[in-house]
Amino acid sequence: MPLSSRHLLGLQGVPKEDIQLILDTASTFREVLERPIKRVPTLQGKTIVNLFYENSTRTRISFELAEKRLSADSINFAVSASSVSKGESFKDTIKNIEAMKVDMVVVRHSAAGTPLYLTNISDANIINAGDGIHEHPTQGLLDMYSIREKLRKIEGLKVCIVGDVAHSRVALSNIYGLKTMGADVSVCGPSTMIPRNIEDLGVKVIYNIDEAIQENDVLNVLRIQLERKAREYFPSIREYAKYFGITEERLEKNGKDILILHPGPINRGVEISSGVADGLHQIILKQVTNGVAIRMAVLYLLGTLN
Amino acid sequence: MKVILKNVSLFHPAQKIDEKGIDILLTDGVISKIGKIKAEEISGAKIFDLTNKHIVPGFFDMHVHLREPGREDEETVITGCNAAANGGFTGIACMPNTEPAIDSAEIVTFIKEKSKDHLVDVEVIGAATLDRKGEYISPMAELYEAGAVGFSDDGVAIKTAGILKRAFEYSKMYNVPIIEHCEDETLAGGAMNEGINSTMLGLPPIPSVAEELIVIRDIMLAEYTGGKIHIAHISTKKSVEMVREAKRKGIAVTSEVTPHHFTLIDDSLKSYDTNLKMNPPLRTRADIDEILLGLQDGTIDCISSDHAPHSAEEKEAEFEHAPNGITGLETQVGLALTELYHKKVITLEQLIEKMAINPRKILNLPVPSIEVGQIANFTILDLNEIFTFDISKSKSKSKNSPFDKRLLTGRAIGVINNCKLFYQDEFLIL
Ligand SMILES: [Zn+2]
Ligand SMILES: [Zn+2]
Repeated sequence: MPLSSRHLLGLQGVPKEDIQLILDTASTFREVLERPIKRVPTLQGKTIVNLFYENSTRTRISFELAEKRLSADSINFAVSASSVSKGESFKDTIKNIEAMKVDMVVVRHSAAGTPLYLTNISDANIINAGDGIHEHPTQGLLDMYSIREKLRKIEGLKVCIVGDVAHSRVALSNIYGLKTMGADVSVCGPSTMIPRNIEDLGVKVIYNIDEAIQENDVLNVLRIQLERKAREYFPSIREYAKYFGITEERLEKNGKDILILHPGPINRGVEISSGVADGLHQIILKQVTNGVAIRMAVLYLLGTLN
Repeated sequence: MKVILKNVSLFHPAQKIDEKGIDILLTDGVISKIGKIKAEEISGAKIFDLTNKHIVPGFFDMHVHLREPGREDEETVITGCNAAANGGFTGIACMPNTEPAIDSAEIVTFIKEKSKDHLVDVEVIGAATLDRKGEYISPMAELYEAGAVGFSDDGVAIKTAGILKRAFEYSKMYNVPIIEHCEDETLAGGAMNEGINSTMLGLPPIPSVAEELIVIRDIMLAEYTGGKIHIAHISTKKSVEMVREAKRKGIAVTSEVTPHHFTLIDDSLKSYDTNLKMNPPLRTRADIDEILLGLQDGTIDCISSDHAPHSAEEKEAEFEHAPNGITGLETQVGLALTELYHKKVITLEQLIEKMAINPRKILNLPVPSIEVGQIANFTILDLNEIFTFDISKSKSKSKNSPFDKRLLTGRAIGVINNCKLFYQDEFLIL
């Protein structure tokens, strides 16, 4: 059964069957990645543009690697953040891409809605690699994949997203995807970082990190942005770490085995203490491989639709 | 030239006229007879059969952005006036956020001069502060003498309570209103209404309280100083409630709403269509419900377009980076008739008050009267014509409307003013 949409713009409204299919397909590719020859000819002859308007080496490399493993031809189109500011270069670039007759576009942009806009002006399959503070669907899928790999299910699990939910594209994709798959989702963070009306998405809000640890099976800890803009939302890094940081003492005190996910790289001593971070080293490395498998699955499923 | 408007329904609430089957004779644009006119009586008259059409006092839109001087690529005084005539207006007031801003008598005169031969009367709103920066009040006396009929820093609110207090005190000498774009600048800067939709779309939010804080500030200062405040493009439930309460107390406050704020809600932004980006942003169903009540009970005095032309190049950008505003002169009458009159929110009488009479009263302009000896200043309405708005036929230089292809019921089919007629896409000198 094929996917129900020819683009992956977000996880909002993506049916359970599609998510299931992507996760299952990723499992197959995960095996491919363990082989000595990690390459399949599936997307041979397809041209994929990686259009990155924001610096995101990790996501870009993950997509590039996935494309390589599927034998697609990749074109990297990185635009420096400084030249994007007024949108002018965007239209020019889009015109270039239209002319190139590409099959797929992987797009990362600081403005929400850009991937949707691309679907109006291009015939290519569009994959959102993060648009502003809107969605980052492949990261959401990767997180679900990692949860399923570790706990063998998603349905019925209690998952809490911790940190700056209001300014995170990962949070929304997680909320949509996890809820579709039947998980019980909550968010935890300083109230200035929890969007107004988030409960309308069927999400519980927790302001106490101990409570979040006690109540949940999984914590998906977001990376705290340390630059000034983000800092306007909480008094100090010290205060954030003190009241929302995941520490060994907190985990011990609440005495339970809890799965912790983090997109990496961790701000040690801020959202996660150094000791806890050490223990997470293996799972974070594994997530990198899982990320390639998920992106291979998405590219493969969209690229072979017709 | 003699013109006979045959078999019209004549409706003028301020004059208590409501008659059917009337003929009007115009001689060189002046009303020379109202009643039954036999065509043979008048030799050489041009006859327009207006059976089932209404003639009402000419509509006036008190909130229009012409882009001259500064952005003539987006709109000029003339193209804006053409759009106004095409939309059913015989008069407009233009906002001062041009480049340079309308903060000197020369620019008022410049605009007046540009529009002087047009069917559409152009009134000028002067900047309330120099260059709309909110630091020093503008030369209001000179602006007033040159013809300015109100003052505003539209685009932004007057920056501080201190300068607003002075603007009220000074403008009071001329009994002229301060027209406010109500938005607290420390809460501004987002791209859409704050709520579940802004969260889901990942767009930076503008909270409704940003508007309401300035509405209440302005009402309190108007009360304190005895100045006149007009709340532009009111958009939230609480703002309407506060204006209603202030009116009840007898404070000199008036307000207007745009057609998009009584027609569209923030749900529609799911398309990230930049033609739905405006400031104030589209709000929620609850806000519209209160706005409709406000239109009914008179809390909202006027319907204004906030016609804001923008070039396609500028609107064709990421939602967050696109400029605010939509064109509205040519959809306003259709939307008001469709959404308010036909849905029985307000009566035709109320609609004419809000589109022809109140805006002129607020700006101390004479309301056109329909009687022999007066220059004809009419809007001709077909209340029941069903038509699809087609942006490609717009007379505005810019095409940034979210209402393209929208089905509307009721339309202004012509206007007459300043001894000119606009009918069936043509200007005619009477
Ligand atoms: Zn405004
Ligand atoms: Zn305006």
